[in-house]
Amino acid sequence: MSAHPGKAMIEVEKLNVIFGQSEDRVHAVRDVSFQVPEGATFGLVGESGSGKSTVLRALSGLNPEWTGQMTVAGQTLGPKRDKAFYKLAQMVFQDPYGSLHPRHTVDRILMEPLAIHRLDDPENRIERVLGEVGLGPDFRFRYPHQLSGGQRQRVAIARALILEPRILLLDEPTSALDVSVQAEVLNLLQRLKKERGLTYILVSHDLSVVAHMCDDLAVMNHGAVVEELAVAQLKRHEPKHPYTRQLMVASLGYDRAAVDRFEDFGVESGAPGRGDETTLPPAVESEHNRGP
Amino acid sequence: MSDRAMSDKPLLAVEDLKVRFPTRKGVVEAVRGISFSLGREKLGIVGESGSGKSMTGRAILRLVSRPGIVTAKRMEFDGIDLQRASEAQMRTIRGQRISMVMQDPKFSLNPVMRVGEQIAEAYRTHQKVRPAEAKKRALEMLAAVRIRDPERVYRAYPHEVSGGMGQRIMIAMMLIPDPDLLIADEPTSALDVTVQLQVLAILDDLVTQRGMGLIFISHDLNLVASFCDRVVIMYAGHIMEICDAKNLAAAKHPYTRGLLNCLPKIDGDGGDLPVLRRDPAWMEQGI
Repeated sequence: MSAHPGKAMIEVEKLNVIFGQSEDRVHAVRDVSFQVPEGATFGLVGESGSGKSTVLRALSGLNPEWTGQMTVAGQTLGPKRDKAFYKLAQMVFQDPYGSLHPRHTVDRILMEPLAIHRLDDPENRIERVLGEVGLGPDFRFRYPHQLSGGQRQRVAIARALILEPRILLLDEPTSALDVSVQAEVLNLLQRLKKERGLTYILVSHDLSVVAHMCDDLAVMNHGAVVEELAVAQLKRHEPKHPYTRQLMVASLGYDRAAVDRFEDFGVESGAPGRGDETTLPPAVESEHNRGP
Repeated sequence: MSDRAMSDKPLLAVEDLKVRFPTRKGVVEAVRGISFSLGREKLGIVGESGSGKSMTGRAILRLVSRPGIVTAKRMEFDGIDLQRASEAQMRTIRGQRISMVMQDPKFSLNPVMRVGEQIAEAYRTHQKVRPAEAKKRALEMLAAVRIRDPERVYRAYPHEVSGGMGQRIMIAMMLIPDPDLLIADEPTSALDVTVQLQVLAILDDLVTQRGMGLIFISHDLNLVASFCDRVVIMYAGHIMEICDAKNLAAAKHPYTRGLLNCLPKIDGDGGDLPVLRRDPAWMEQGI
């Protein structure tokens, strides 16, 4: 199914994440399993509250409460991650306005991972990585507020790359950016992957971004994977699950007639729509039962 | 509602609208002399951040706060000169004749007031009616934006509703005074794609049924092209191009073409995306 028949770089097996207890219990990730071969890009697609970011956070160690099995580069992951893990895998977050320290210069932002991992020759490493993400050495002593959104995201990518990881975990890396800037950042990510043979997991709500970037993808709804498919299948408009098909129709733009055919997909994966809406017990949709 | 017969006269006419902000480092020109008119139709304004699209919407309602300076050769809504109108006149126009839906319901709703009461308040501000009548109208409006259990949502607080429902509540609140023109500034950008389209369908139906004019401000070119009748494309405070939405794919202006090309496509080949090359001349002159 994959274009990269190498051995799996990332394996996730029956991952479950549950937040809260009793009444506040939210089953955010339900039995999610997937494999990402080395050098591939794997997409996780879904709407807000589908659990796609939580999978990434569990994998990166930001979310210690999980059950199941996760293996990265042959190492089975425990609840805590050691320094070696972060040398191997780094994360890029959605909002470059929130993920960079506002009072640190680019130089200091990039210096920190080097200091933590005690890497030699920081001067050259910083200049090299800035060049690689398309920012000149002029940017080195600027503060985040002196940069545009696209430039900030390049700094965030540089911070992830400076440890020379083999894996980048990308959580909606372009959804806060204008489309013209998004194109530049996506091109940058594609080039870096080619040059360094990186493995990516890309979380996005945007099916066309995932189709553009990925080899395979999993579609999530209410914490569960409803369908895993190769991007080639998506491009041929051949998704099997009705939820994926609905997402595809929706991402093509506004069509008054299509909206009337939208179904409300329930919690059970693979289950058909919840049927006649008027027979449902009335419920106020609440943020609190949608997961973080 | 009585005199809403179709006429050739535009609902809104804007000519040479400028919005400027004097700062210590010189004058920032957010909108640099744009002209357009609007009938009872859906007009999209598309642009990237900083293009002046939101400022245009705010300037029409005279909501640009100091030190911003708004000037125009003409800014006329249904025969009313919006520049000369007194503040008292503006208060009767805002909400009742022209209303505005903002991007994020989280910041636009009063967090300590039940949503139903907020909708009823919007009605009572413009109509002399008894509270019971206002409540009845608010419940009808909640039903009109397809909220399944209006009674229950009426009593809910903003933090108890999801983003999609919050935006429907905002739309209910903005439409209850039955305005002639609705300005929607990125009304659905914070929503999931299917919810977004459902909210737009509600807006679409209400606009059609009531014969309103709609200005739909968005950064999403595809969405605007499929939703609106006409599209205004803005860049750096200028209008680059105005075209019929259905002909957007055949747009001529290099900026519009550039924006269309740099979008990733589901059935694209995965190769490098064309990057938008900005021509400095676009900064100087629009149409």
